[in-house]
Amino acid sequence: MALQSLDIVRRSATTTPAPQARGAHSGQVAKLIDVTKCIGCKACQVACMEWNDLRDEVGHCSGHFDNPPDLGGQSWTIMKFAEHEHADGSLEWLIRKDGCMHCADPGCLKACPSPGAIVQYANGIVDFHEENCIGCGYCVTGCPFDVPRISKHDRKAYKCTLCSDRVAVGQEPACVKTCPTGAIVFGSKEDMHEHAAERIEDLKSRGYANAGLYDPAGVGGTHVMYVLHHADQPELYSGLPKNPVISPFVSLWKGAAKPLGLLAIAATAFAGFLHYIGIGPNRTDEHDEREAEREAQRLRAEEHP
Amino acid sequence: MTNHWVDIRNADVVLIMGGNAAEAHPCGFKWVTEAKAHNKAKLIVVDPRFNRSASVADVYAPIRTGTDIVFLGGLINDLLASDRIQREYVVNYTDLSFIVKDEFAFKDGLFSGYNADKRNYSKSSWDYALGDDGFVRTDPTLADPRCVYQLLKQHYARYTIEMVERVCGTPKDKVRQIWDLIASTATPTRAMTIMYALGWTQHSIGSQMIRTGAMVQLLLGNIGIAGGGMNALRGHSNIQGLTDLGLMSNLLPGYLTLPNEAEQDLATYLTPRTQKPLRPKQMSYWQNYPKFFVSLMKSWFGDAATAENNWAFDYLPKLDKAYDMLQAYELMHQGKMTGYICQGFNPIAAAPNKAKLVESFSKLKFLVTMDPLATETSAFWQNHGVFHDVDTANIRTEVFRLPTTCFAEEEGAVVNSSRWLQWHWKGANPPGEARSDIWIMSALYLRLKALYAKEGGAFPDPIANLSWKYVHAAEPSAEELAKEYSGRALVDLYDPKDPTRLVRKAGEQLAGFAELRDDGSTASGCWIFCGAWGPSGNLMARRDNSDPTGVGNTVNWAWSWPANRRVLYNRASCDVTGKPFDPKRTLIAWNGKAWGGADIPDYGAALDPADGAGPFIMNPEGVARFFARGAMAEGPFPEHYEPFETPLAENPLNPGQAQALNNPAARVFKDDLPSFGKVDEFPHVATTYRLTEHFHYWTKHVRLNAITQPEQFVEIGAALADELGIANGSRVRVSSKRGVIEAVAMVTKRIKALTVDGRTVHQIGVPIHWGFLGAARPGYLANTLTPFVGDGNTNTPEFKSFLVKVERA
Repeated sequence: MALQSLDIVRRSATTTPAPQARGAHSGQVAKLIDVTKCIGCKACQVACMEWNDLRDEVGHCSGHFDNPPDLGGQSWTIMKFAEHEHADGSLEWLIRKDGCMHCADPGCLKACPSPGAIVQYANGIVDFHEENCIGCGYCVTGCPFDVPRISKHDRKAYKCTLCSDRVAVGQEPACVKTCPTGAIVFGSKEDMHEHAAERIEDLKSRGYANAGLYDPAGVGGTHVMYVLHHADQPELYSGLPKNPVISPFVSLWKGAAKPLGLLAIAATAFAGFLHYIGIGPNRTDEHDEREAEREAQRLRAEEHP
Repeated sequence: MTNHWVDIRNADVVLIMGGNAAEAHPCGFKWVTEAKAHNKAKLIVVDPRFNRSASVADVYAPIRTGTDIVFLGGLINDLLASDRIQREYVVNYTDLSFIVKDEFAFKDGLFSGYNADKRNYSKSSWDYALGDDGFVRTDPTLADPRCVYQLLKQHYARYTIEMVERVCGTPKDKVRQIWDLIASTATPTRAMTIMYALGWTQHSIGSQMIRTGAMVQLLLGNIGIAGGGMNALRGHSNIQGLTDLGLMSNLLPGYLTLPNEAEQDLATYLTPRTQKPLRPKQMSYWQNYPKFFVSLMKSWFGDAATAENNWAFDYLPKLDKAYDMLQAYELMHQGKMTGYICQGFNPIAAAPNKAKLVESFSKLKFLVTMDPLATETSAFWQNHGVFHDVDTANIRTEVFRLPTTCFAEEEGAVVNSSRWLQWHWKGANPPGEARSDIWIMSALYLRLKALYAKEGGAFPDPIANLSWKYVHAAEPSAEELAKEYSGRALVDLYDPKDPTRLVRKAGEQLAGFAELRDDGSTASGCWIFCGAWGPSGNLMARRDNSDPTGVGNTVNWAWSWPANRRVLYNRASCDVTGKPFDPKRTLIAWNGKAWGGADIPDYGAALDPADGAGPFIMNPEGVARFFARGAMAEGPFPEHYEPFETPLAENPLNPGQAQALNNPAARVFKDDLPSFGKVDEFPHVATTYRLTEHFHYWTKHVRLNAITQPEQFVEIGAALADELGIANGSRVRVSSKRGVIEAVAMVTKRIKALTVDGRTVHQIGVPIHWGFLGAARPGYLANTLTPFVGDGNTNTPEFKSFLVKVERA
């Protein structure tokens, strides 16, 4: 998107080098979601809908508090509610705000075949530029957190932008601004680490021995992090992956396979060129045409005996 | 709230019971997270459901709905038995040492003086014993068997932890864990706050539940201190202002009360309300009642209120009985009330027993609704299929729907739960033909006045003589009305102690209610608001959040009634010499000459503590009451009575006493008796409540809210669902003696079956937000199910406990 003022450091399906004159001197940003302070009020969902002008369908109750029930083109963040009963019979209602994690090493961007449809800014935000999206859905496959969704309206991929438009002008994301309990905070990644450490100390003093920060290394860390009471079991929080990694197919395709693929394309082109130089362009004569016509009749007869 | 929202951050323990602050007050709940994050506070939630508040609690315990007095009465018993009370506080600042009349007794589940036919009490025995000097007799050693301490101990001796488990269904180990955590605040250096809301008020014994909570707080010395208090969380943004301004059928502004039928002259009315001290040297603030009352009458009737006509006392109606909403709909049902003006209220949804309400409203000749939204009440005559199946052709009521402005389309003060009057400014113009409530009521008034002037009438004086000196008679401005309720001098006011000193010039705004007089020289439309718009201007519009002492009081932010005081009873935060019990949470202190500090003293500003006046100056005895005297309908000590629809055959606290099964002093209309269900037919216990995603019946009209919670559901515990073969997400039918609803079943582990009195009791949850109008999917009004009975004192309907039957739809 030409109008953006943030510095793009990575761009999908693009081999030209990223601009490097500007540096991320103000550091990388992060949103910290403290699920232990979250009361599941959904104010963040509503703020997201309002800021981004999204309106999902008025759906149904499916026997859960989760509404809308899934992320979508019109729902870039949703609350997921999980009831977990411990062995001693005690119950926890684990509520997690789900949405894009803004990976340092984004699987969606790696998987995307469309130049400039997915970008990563110097501050760490991963953004979709839908005008370049071809709706192939590779980003959905590429995401280890199952976040992007193809919109039913325009067949393009959408997800949380971390309010890159707000952040670009020095404001916090809409969900952060609206959160009534301070469960969602925003700042430099470093400050969020410090804040999380303070929270984890408090949780440990309350008996949550495994309280910790969720900033998974498998995707290079994330710019949306969670404080969890049970950092040893992130899957309790409606299936937050324990060790998220980019799908090996995406890694293979855009990793080792990519130069090989490029090499194969180049080799084919080179062979064609040699053929042209050495033998000249391919031409058909009358014999070729007759042979082709016979072959076509044979195929038609096979299809309609 | 005795305290305020910000102050919750000073708490060491937060008890949420009879409310669900995270769910219903998410913005205010931030102060609980503050207390947890920065004051190492522990959060306790006691509720029938593991709710959103419980999801962030340190301890949660389930309880059977309607049994909170047993849980808290047991706690009182435990605190007394283990002597975990703040002794210095209770001995000096409560009535524990006071001697009670010999005639007072409690027997067979009833207090002395019960009249079974009238279902009420003669309360003459419910009082302290007075000495020959006219003051209450006391025994500071607390040994006298007739002192409040001994009677209290005796009353709650039946409330053992075993009884709690048996009646409430709360596991004993959880009860013990919670009681011990609460008891840890008996020391002066720790504080507990109690946050409650409709989960306590909407019971037939709701007022007494709240009182029991307050008694616990008194025993622990948690009233009047930072981080303590009894904190009622108000639901509607200005519902605090509604009660403050006396918009109840028995109230006048500032919690003055309307005269009753027996009080036909001013002296008879004023004498019992002008309370003389019951202890030597005590300050009794209600001694000023005539000043507040006369200033109110001057504000309303201006020059027409004179000493000669007793300040227009005859203009006031004299109550023959309570005219609460249940009474009003009962009168409609009997055909005795034929017109109704419904302002900012949706009773077809908000009052109990929808079937009866529809019958009642169908008997009206006219109904006027004033609301920004198309409420169910304004459309009660429309047929909406299964959700609202009425016979439109047979409803003769003429309905006038007057669209009003919404809060953001007008300016003025809104009073929040913290008692802060916060001025706000208009954000948008109203749509279409919407008019402010002030415009509509002014138009009605001016027409009535003109009609009386033209045609005369039986007693036109109150209408004809109402003071109406506004620049635009058709729509008084918010500023004019605010100045009026705050109050002004009508003549030059001189200092009574120094008649040469001019205190206020005629016409000047008053600084506070201490300047009010009973000689007709001052006017104030609501004495507790006096000073909100003072001589220096509109203090409600202040936005200075500086907090020099760090205790969070921000006394220059908006204006708090009374007198800009932020924590009520703050004198009780200091010992008898005036030294703060806990220097870390100092609110005020005595410096040898005067009281001062981070708050406005709730005491005489220069009253020497050595004089010994008690800190609870709104009581003529100067101390807080464990023994309520005649203030409550059911008795001076809270006693547990079962909800009117109970799964139990008898009250385990009063076995074999049929008269003590339900609240013996609650009003029950004869016609409603057959509409109460029994457990054999309706075996499941139900409670209603609110969800974060919606506000009452308003936000179902809003698409954003409808998206986040689109369709009606009921919450059913996994055990009951298994028993009845109900799958999560399937539809269920829930019926009570009064009606049937159908909704999606939300099968959850968060509601557990309880063992009560030896048998299994299943509770289900019925969120209230759906109806037959709006942007959300249509649903059934939850009051289809609820019983037409209210609290014994306030008649707030029993929305929280009733019996239903759950089936697969």
